[in-house]
Amino acid sequence: MPLIISRAFVDAIVEQSRAEYPDECCGVILGPAGSGKASRLKPMINAAHSPTFYEFDPKDLLALYREVDDKDEEIVVIYHSHTETEAYPSRTDIAYAGEPGAHYVLVSSREEIAPAIEFRSYRIIDGVVTEEEVSITD
Amino acid sequence: MSIEVRIPTILRPFTKDQKAVAASGASLTALITDLDSQFPGIGDRLLENGALRRFINIYVNDEDVRFLGGLDAQIKDGDSVTILPAVAGG
Repeated sequence: MPLIISRAFVDAIVEQSRAEYPDECCGVILGPAGSGKASRLKPMINAAHSPTFYEFDPKDLLALYREVDDKDEEIVVIYHSHTETEAYPSRTDIAYAGEPGAHYVLVSSREEIAPAIEFRSYRIIDGVVTEEEVSITD
Repeated sequence: MSIEVRIPTILRPFTKDQKAVAASGASLTALITDLDSQFPGIGDRLLENGALRRFINIYVNDEDVRFLGGLDAQIKDGDSVTILPAVAGG
């Protein structure tokens, strides 16, 4: 299943990754439950404030899941940035991946990587990483 | 004694896809023991070497159990317990 995402969201995530550099940035895109549609971008705070790790604050995490439940939404995309490495899931990313239904989006904020290749999407299920096509809509 | 436990997607294969289940126990340890007896194997996904797994968050009502004594957290009738996978990585 390709990830279908708007140009505005791609730009906003890339912009966030640069604004929060040298720390990793993170967030989610939500959509109506069962739709798989990436419709609402929600940047999150990286509670780890680190160039090599990201983590949603446990309180923010609970609030997020409550909000998703209350609004009858689902987490369609979980994204974060890599600051010095390519946009491919690290061993830590794979170990932590706990949402089998989500697209895991990686963006690299390394300046030298061309924008065309720095935004990638994966499924991470039971430790297996499968890259998927990203289809950007205007 | 009945406590509602909300189960995240990744653990629903253990609960036959139920989003919420009822369990009992006066402490988190007792609750997890009861969950594991109802849904064999789920305890292993929550605990590692007798401690809470790093990438699992458990809340009693609105509070992270890490601030309530961890596995010793007290639970009473009518409380709601939520299990969520951490969203984290490197």
